[in-house]
Amino acid sequence: MEEMTLEEFTIPDFSQLQQLLTANCHPAEVHRALRSDRLDIHGLAALLSPAADGLLPQLAAHSARITAKRFGRTIQIYAPLYLSNFCINRCAYCGFSAGNRIDRRVLTMAEAEQEAMILHGRGFKHILLVAGEAPARLGVEYLAELATRLRDRFAAISIEVQPLAEDEYARLFSAGITSVAVYQETYDRGIYSQVHHSGKKCDFNYRLATPARAAAAGMREVGIGALLGLADWRLEGLALGLHLAWLRKHYWRTALTVSFPRLRPAEGGFQPLVKVDERMLSQLIFSLRIFDPDVGLLLSTREEARFRDGMVGLGPTRYSAGSCTAPGGYANPELTGEQFSVGDHRSMQEVCADICRRGYDPVRKDWDATFQIQDSGNGMSVAL
Amino acid sequence: MLTIAGRTFRSRLFGGTGKFSSPQVMKEALEASGCEMVTVALRRVDLANPEDDIMSVLDRRKFLFLPNTSGARDAHEAVRLARLARAAGGGDWLKLEVTPDPRTLLPDPVETLKATEILVKEGFIVLPYMNADPVLALRLQDAGAAAVMPLGSPIGTNQGILTAFQIAIIIEQARVPVVVDAGLGAPSHAAQAMEMGADAVLVNTAIAVAGDPVRMARAFAMAVEAGREAFEAGLGARRAEAAASSPQTGLDFLR
Repeated sequence: MEEMTLEEFTIPDFSQLQQLLTANCHPAEVHRALRSDRLDIHGLAALLSPAADGLLPQLAAHSARITAKRFGRTIQIYAPLYLSNFCINRCAYCGFSAGNRIDRRVLTMAEAEQEAMILHGRGFKHILLVAGEAPARLGVEYLAELATRLRDRFAAISIEVQPLAEDEYARLFSAGITSVAVYQETYDRGIYSQVHHSGKKCDFNYRLATPARAAAAGMREVGIGALLGLADWRLEGLALGLHLAWLRKHYWRTALTVSFPRLRPAEGGFQPLVKVDERMLSQLIFSLRIFDPDVGLLLSTREEARFRDGMVGLGPTRYSAGSCTAPGGYANPELTGEQFSVGDHRSMQEVCADICRRGYDPVRKDWDATFQIQDSGNGMSVAL
Repeated sequence: MLTIAGRTFRSRLFGGTGKFSSPQVMKEALEASGCEMVTVALRRVDLANPEDDIMSVLDRRKFLFLPNTSGARDAHEAVRLARLARAAGGGDWLKLEVTPDPRTLLPDPVETLKATEILVKEGFIVLPYMNADPVLALRLQDAGAAAVMPLGSPIGTNQGILTAFQIAIIIEQARVPVVVDAGLGAPSHAAQAMEMGADAVLVNTAIAVAGDPVRMARAFAMAVEAGREAFEAGLGARRAEAAASSPQTGLDFLR
């Protein structure tokens, strides 16, 4: 690609972000942000600040208007497919953490295909392949092979696996992977090193530069996110805004998404370091929507059905449904070894029916594998 | 009547199928609009599946489907998508969209021209979505585009015709129909395009996201008709100074 990767994204220290937040924590700044067409980072700080708490209904209405205009009355639907729960990292909050005694397995190619076909049979056209970080057991070869097997049956295949190198992302893109999600977990360096005890994931900077590598490799979409419950959510929101804005400037061809995973009960019994309740989560979602009208916003089954139903149309644009977070769990629902326990237990049909009831269209297909087929030898290669 | 590539259309309003709250609302709105041509995103539909949620609710005898290549970021992708769509029964008509920037969805002029040249040679009826650049319109026309589709403002913005000056030049110069596409947020915007002499308009977001999409579709239909009627009736020229409705210019000296 022509984009240069010489410049790297850097994140200000959280104490600086706190100053930015404090400087804009005033109702007048919130009103100003709600009136302006394009928010800068100061406007985002105002919306994330405690001063906006009393104006949450106004934030919601503004966020809903922007979302309807850009995305219409639609919600995209996808399902995660967990491939492996082996992991070389020790992370305090994660059920897959290397120190936890759980049933470990990596799906064989046939098992993975079987899981995918179960999701296909349930009507999913967009799947997200998920795995812990254990490259010796599940590496680029595995993902490329699986993508090649599945690409003709799904409209879009995303991955949420260990950070990879740019050429590895390029290889996976030509194998049929459409998008990459890599969450920083927390943009606060201090807390990052506090919760990541050992393993490759301890390298904050390498992880921070991963979305840019995926974009540089030509991925159509790159997802970022922060795990909520580790550091101050308002400052994570500012960091996400800065990261988004930087990625937009440097990789204008790449569509961007943000996820808002809140810590869920998981093996290991980790307790959130800070409280993030539903009201705070919604303020974070509305603020980022207003800051970036075009970004896709994901709300997964970590959240309860009541909350997800209520948020339809207010900002999020993509919902997972019917999720199981244990590898092989679709074929064998009794399997343990899940990453976390989900909060929304409805089936995909139930989620879609509730979205319809709210006057929104659940969209299963919004991409086409054809975009990425380089030259499959079927005469469809293009000579210009 | 409007004729594009030998096919006539009674309605000068073209519809879109995105952003509706349900396939049923989409069907009712498109039927109320009276439009005869609707565009469908190839990324969104499954042409090979007769039970596809969008394709199955629309009557193919009432609507000509205009598949679009939304999502393509270069000529390669657009051409590949078009070929596969035709192979899957999508027909020869194509709304060519090459939009490498997923944020603004503004069309890439270079790649759009390249793809038009290739697809025209392959027998496609190509209607390219383009920025309102008069020279590009001429180049696309020379490359064999069946119509040109300049934008009023960026897609989905409801800003109306911010490119009026360039669109006026495009309309004046074009040999092929000019369809103003994107950014028309209110019936008055559509009427303005028609008064300017555009051959048709394409409207999606403003109808799909309206409080009542069916009534909004009707409103656009009326506006398009009014605008066209006004254009054909011959609008008075705008002028800087007042002009008397019954001029008293003294011509008594004439014999």
